[in-house]
Amino acid sequence: MTYVGMPTPRETPQDTMARIADTARGMKVVIVGAGVSGLSAGWWLARSGAQVTVLDKGIVGWEASGRNGGGASHYQSPLFEEEQRMWPLMDELLGYPTEHSKERIVMAVTPKQLNQYHYLAKMNNDMGYRVDLLDGDQVRTMVPLAGDNCLGGMHYRFGGHANPQRTVQAYAWAIQDLGGRIVQHSPVTGFHTLGGKVVGVDSPTGRYDCDAVVVAAGPQITGLMAQLGVDVPLAAARAEMIVTEPAPMMPLGGVDGNGLYGRQTLRGNLAYGGGPHEWIDTLPGGPPGRPTSPLTRNLARRLAELLPKAAHLNVIRSWAGVIENSPDGRPIIDRMADPENVVVASMSGVGFGLSPASGHAVRDLVVEGRCTFTDIAKLSLSRFDGLAPNWREQQGWLSAA
Amino acid sequence: MTQTAPSASRKFDVHALDGKLPAPEMRYDVVVVGGGPAGIAAARAAVAAGKTVLLVDENPVPGAAMGNDVPLFFGGRMTTATLQADRMVETVFTTEPALEAAMEDGVEVLLGTCAWGVYRNGPAFATLPENVVALADSARAWLVGYGELVLATGARDLAIGFPGWNQPGVMGAQALTMLLSRYEAFSGRRVLIVGSHDLALETALLARDKGVAVAGLVELRDAPQGSPDLVEAVRGAQIPILTGEVVARAEGGIDGVERAVLRSGAVIEADTICLAIGLIPAIELVDAMGAPRVLDAARGGHVPGPDAGLRFAGLCAGLPDTGFDHVAYRMDWARELGAVSAGDTIVCQCEEVTRADLIGVQPPNYLPRPDALQARSLCSLLADGPANQDQIKRLTRAGMGQCQGRRCRDQVAMILALEAGKPFGSIPLASHRVPVRPIPLRILADWEEDEAMRAGWDVWFGIPTQWTPYRDIGTEREREHQIAIAEGWSL
Repeated sequence: MTYVGMPTPRETPQDTMARIADTARGMKVVIVGAGVSGLSAGWWLARSGAQVTVLDKGIVGWEASGRNGGGASHYQSPLFEEEQRMWPLMDELLGYPTEHSKERIVMAVTPKQLNQYHYLAKMNNDMGYRVDLLDGDQVRTMVPLAGDNCLGGMHYRFGGHANPQRTVQAYAWAIQDLGGRIVQHSPVTGFHTLGGKVVGVDSPTGRYDCDAVVVAAGPQITGLMAQLGVDVPLAAARAEMIVTEPAPMMPLGGVDGNGLYGRQTLRGNLAYGGGPHEWIDTLPGGPPGRPTSPLTRNLARRLAELLPKAAHLNVIRSWAGVIENSPDGRPIIDRMADPENVVVASMSGVGFGLSPASGHAVRDLVVEGRCTFTDIAKLSLSRFDGLAPNWREQQGWLSAA
Repeated sequence: MTQTAPSASRKFDVHALDGKLPAPEMRYDVVVVGGGPAGIAAARAAVAAGKTVLLVDENPVPGAAMGNDVPLFFGGRMTTATLQADRMVETVFTTEPALEAAMEDGVEVLLGTCAWGVYRNGPAFATLPENVVALADSARAWLVGYGELVLATGARDLAIGFPGWNQPGVMGAQALTMLLSRYEAFSGRRVLIVGSHDLALETALLARDKGVAVAGLVELRDAPQGSPDLVEAVRGAQIPILTGEVVARAEGGIDGVERAVLRSGAVIEADTICLAIGLIPAIELVDAMGAPRVLDAARGGHVPGPDAGLRFAGLCAGLPDTGFDHVAYRMDWARELGAVSAGDTIVCQCEEVTRADLIGVQPPNYLPRPDALQARSLCSLLADGPANQDQIKRLTRAGMGQCQGRRCRDQVAMILALEAGKPFGSIPLASHRVPVRPIPLRILADWEEDEAMRAGWDVWFGIPTQWTPYRDIGTEREREHQIAIAEGWSL
């Protein structure tokens, strides 16, 4: 299916799958990191016939990929059109449900928010993505939990959301169904290089020989790539969400605004995040913890303001995830010059929704040496050449510890 | 409220949490959570030593929350007396006279006040002005600072499912004890008790004393498990102890349980089936704060580990060690109740997860189950690496409901251990999360949040370049977007 305002895809996802089916036959690829970006890359490569092994320090999707709002609406990205082409077919192509649902509503409860959303609506319409402006009454009709305080909003006739935990597991299982391997509890401890290529990857579970490597290990990318002499500037932070007991199902679950992102799950729970993050130090073994803070109360307030008719609902949990950001907050998807068979993929905090497309881009870099379906030149690592070593300090992105 | 000023010596990210979390509105030398005998004793001892002391107890919880099995497994067998808030508060005072004595000593006592979280600076968290315990009553939530924190949260009922357990009238021994001896608000008339260790025997005697008919005790092992004098007392009261026997199912009608059918086929008329297999130290706060936990079979299973910042009093530290292996006993029950269960027997009541779907690692009914998914199971997960209860929770939703896993966390852990053929405790337990009690948004909300929080709020990271359309990067338009977008922060 196509979206209103989106260019007609040249090719159906099924045709793409058929076209790439044998393009990487016999190629051994090791993916470092079983988050959503690594898993999608692994899936696209397995679809291309590659022999894929995904290594992870812990469990599939255990970090930011399984701990996020599930949004799939990052229209700013050059990967967005491909994401939109793929998402509606992902359940079928993966063979497992992702809970993907289309479209979003963003609603304002202050005049400043309304102005902001109108700006964003125009930005989208200028890009060819249809956004309908809504007045307060229209929002209240579409969002039964909205209140009298809603001043209006916008309806994205594109984008959507999915269940992060189900999605990461779907990618992992689909890789296995294609003959790939998922090796959990297997942190990468070193690389073997020969002739400007990585030929093997070490972990406590053994050495994995490879023709190509994808490093998609979130905040740990920096430490891993340092072993290969490549500087990948990333900073990690903790962000928090809250979840309520189930509410009556709204016609459209992708409802947010008031400084929050989130969704109503297909079970009915309201899962919302937003607000200040906490920069933390990155350890090779991953985050030492993912605690939530009293920010839970501020999130509760924002959500009660956004959806006043849900204010009586119980909050039943909160959680935090650790997310990496590049210095400009944009992804880094790039194939290295040396070692030349290594591709780095950090999605810099916008990876979940874009994953069906980021995996395609990584697959292209591994197999074709370039991205075939969109321009990603501005996502290259070289844009940070000459970056000051103390860039985190200069940007105020240091841990408070 | 005071704010910790961020260091002026470096650039500061206005959208970071630094300096935004509020200081507690009150501070005490000692905060005690839990107003049972152990908590009261700890509070009085602290006040006698010249400390300022706050003692909070969540009881009485609102009637609606009791219906949701907070904090104990009440199984819907409360009378409407539990809806009268004033009467409930009064009963807590009259049944725990030491509370009044503690107040006279100078302990500040807050009833109907739950501790839903403890926040401490630590790994990946350094932005708290000071460590706090988070409280809520029926009107609001707030933070309290402490010098010393004493957890005296007691123990709660272990629930293990069997066919028909997901209806009113199946409840826990602690809950029955609370309804009988504190609130005088038990609505059942005839109770069958599952188990025969001291907890079961004491519960049977209490019920008898309170005028409730006790249909008997059901014990899967060949002999009663409790101390001989209690066994003698129960037998002397003409209460039968049916050994080598298991409840095979509960049958009932619109008001819940009407009878139990045993494995032998015997039918026992009872409106209440009381699970008295075991107690679990109430360590939800300990888990949620990431404090250590150890498995001690003689002390009731998972108990708090040593933590320099916490002190434990009463049953939450672990049950008294009498040499009885509680874990072996409850695993026997889990095995036998599993054997009488069917694939469609509910394990997680909130999310209606069946035993077959838990073991099959299948999603809830509102999702499709394509062939590839149906081929997945606990077995296939185990082939991928060590099982993890949180991972299985995310996939099946077992333990993800509004009771926050209190009814099913431990039985899911037992079922997974049995099915995986591994010892209990070898599969990591599902986590508890803050808030460890269900709290309405409007009550949890910080309606008096600091201006710094409001001013520094942003939906994601507050990085304008993240939100520039790709085609505009490096163009004149980029600057326009960034100004417009950045102006929209602190919505």
